Amino acid sequence: MKTVEPAHTAAPGRAQAASSAPPAKPSRRPRGNRDLLHGLLMSAPAVGGLIAFVGIPFGYAVVLSFYNVRLGSPLEPAFFGVEHYRRLFTDPDLSGPFLRALLNNLTFAAVVVPLQTGLALALAILLNRKLKAIGLFRSFFFMPVVFPMALVAVIWRLILARSEQGMLNSALDVVSFGNWGAFDWLGDGLTAMGSIIVLSVWQGVGFQMVILLAGLQQIPGELYEASQLDRASRWQQFRHVTLPSIRGTLVFVAMLTSVLSFRVFDQVYILIRGGGLDEDATRTVMYQAVTTAFDQNNIGQASAVTVVFFLIVVALTIVQRRVVRPDNED
Amino acid sequence: MAMTRTPVRRVLDYAVLSVLAFVFALPALYLFLGSLKPSDEVLNGLSGFLPTRLSFDNYAAVLDSLNSDSTGYFWQFMGVSVLLSFVVVTGGLIVNSMAAYGLTRLKWRGRNAVFTLVLLLMLIPFESVAVPLFYMYNGQRNTLYIQALPFVANAFAIYQFHTFFKKIPPSIEEAARLDGAGPWRTFFAIIVPMSRPVFASVAILTFLIQWGSFLWPVLMVSDPSVRPLPLEMSVFQGQQPPDWGQILAFGVLLVLPVLVVFAFFQRWFVQGVASSAVKG
Repeated sequence: MKTVEPAHTAAPGRAQAASSAPPAKPSRRPRGNRDLLHGLLMSAPAVGGLIAFVGIPFGYAVVLSFYNVRLGSPLEPAFFGVEHYRRLFTDPDLSGPFLRALLNNLTFAAVVVPLQTGLALALAILLNRKLKAIGLFRSFFFMPVVFPMALVAVIWRLILARSEQGMLNSALDVVSFGNWGAFDWLGDGLTAMGSIIVLSVWQGVGFQMVILLAGLQQIPGELYEASQLDRASRWQQFRHVTLPSIRGTLVFVAMLTSVLSFRVFDQVYILIRGGGLDEDATRTVMYQAVTTAFDQNNIGQASAVTVVFFLIVVALTIVQRRVVRPDNED
Repeated sequence: MAMTRTPVRRVLDYAVLSVLAFVFALPALYLFLGSLKPSDEVLNGLSGFLPTRLSFDNYAAVLDSLNSDSTGYFWQFMGVSVLLSFVVVTGGLIVNSMAAYGLTRLKWRGRNAVFTLVLLLMLIPFESVAVPLFYMYNGQRNTLYIQALPFVANAFAIYQFHTFFKKIPPSIEEAARLDGAGPWRTFFAIIVPMSRPVFASVAILTFLIQWGSFLWPVLMVSDPSVRPLPLEMSVFQGQQPPDWGQILAFGVLLVLPVLVVFAFFQRWFVQGVASSAVKG
C-alpha cells in the first residue's frame, strides 16, 4: 500500500518566512497541523460518503449475517449465531446451490484468468509495433470494453441461439457441410459456462491488453537491439527479454482478472432470467446473494453469502499485493 | 519493437491483424447490422448475416414508443441514465479530488490515518455491500437519488487523484500561499487547472462504469419511470415474443454515447487505465 510522504519533507520555503529561529524541532509541530480545519473540510464529503455507503454497510453485512432477518417480515430479527454459515456449507437444501456457485466461480476464474491474460498478452505483442493505422487496430480490440454487459449478454444470446438459425449453429452447419443442426449452447449444462466465459473474455480482454501494452512500451528498445546482436530468435527474445521485463505487469493483470472474475453477475443474471441459460451450471456467488436477498427476502442469509464473497476477494487482493510488490520496488 | 521490417513482413502483419480484428468485431457488427434488419430476419443464420435492405424502422419504433409492456419511452430511460451519470461523474470529480488534495497536500494531524482508511475501504468491492445497502435503503427504492448517491464518493478515484497530486512540486503551492491564497483558492484556481489529465481519465472511467451499472438498479428499481438504460435492456430482451430488430436498435442507442465518448477521449482513457495499473 502506498503511504503519504512524511510531513517534514514539505514547506522548506515557509521556514525562512517564519522567523529567525534555527530550524528547531518544536516549531514543526504546530506547522505540521496548520491545515487541520481545511484538510478536514476538504476530505469530509468524500470520506463521509465512503463511510456511509461502504464502511457502515460492510460492518452491517457482518452483523446481519448473524441474525435471522427477513425483509417485510413482521417478526423481530432474532440472533442466529453462525447458523447462516452452517447452513450455507452443510444444510442439504441450501449448501447445494451455494457450493455449486462457489465451484462455478472457481471454474470461471481458473479458465478465464489464464485464457484472458494469455490472449491479452498475444494481442498486446501483436499491436506493439510501429505500423500505420496501428491505433485503429488497438481501438478495435478495445471497443468491446465500453459495451455495457447488459448489451453484450443480449448480442451473445443471439449468436448462441439454440435454433438452427443461431449464428454459431448456422456457421458450424456450413463448416461441417450440413452435419450440424440445432444446439442449445446456453441451455446445455456442459456448454453454458463455456458460453459465459467466451462472451466475458470477448468483452474484457481489451482492458487487460491496454495495460500490458503500456507495460511493453516501457521496455527499452536497446534490450531488443542487444538481443538481436546476439542472434536471439524471436522466441528467445520473447522468453528472455519481453517476459522478464513485464513480469510485474503480467502478474498484476492476472490478479486483477481473478478478482474481477469473482464479481461476475450481470451476464449470468440476464441470461438466466431471459435467455434460457442453464441456471445450475452458471450461478455465481453474487447471483446467489442477489436471489437470496431479492427473491427470497432473506437478508441474513444473503449477508452471509456476501461476507464469504468478500473474504475470497480480500484473500485474492492480499495475494496480489504480496506478489506484485517486490517487483515494483526494484 | 525495433526490428527491421521487410515489405513482405509488413503485409503479413496487416493481414494477421485484419483477420483478427474482423473476427473480434463480428459480434459488434452483428449488433449494428441486426438493428437495421426487420425483426424476423435477425435470427436468420449465416446467410442472413448481411441484410437485404437497410432500414431505420427499428430505430423509429424504439424512439417513438418502445414496443414493450414496460410503459416507458426511450427518452425517459435515456434521461435517467444521463442524469445519473452526470451526477455521479461531476459530483465524484468534485468531492474525490478535493479529498485527495486535502489528504495529499495539506498538513494536518490525522491525515495519514484518514488516508489509510480510504485505502482500506478501496478493498471493499461494491458487490459486498450491495445486500446491506439494499436492506438499509429499502424505503428509498425507486428514487433517483439513491441510485446515484452511493457512487459519488469513490476510494479508487481518490487514490488516482492522490497519485497525480503528490507529484506536483511544492513550490507552486508555496508561491500561491505567499500571494495570500488559502488552500481552497490554491486548489480551485491553480491545482485543478493543471491537473486536467487526471480529471479527464477519472471522469471517463467513472462514466464508463456508471453507464453500464446493473447490479444496483436490479435491486433498487422496479418502477419504469426511474429505470436506467441497462436495466431496461434486460427487461426488453426478456419479453415474449422478443422483437429482435428493436432490441438491437435499443442496444445500439445504449452503447452509442459511450462509443462517442471513447472515440473522442480515447487517449485520456487508455492513459488513465494503463497508468493506474502499471504504477499501482
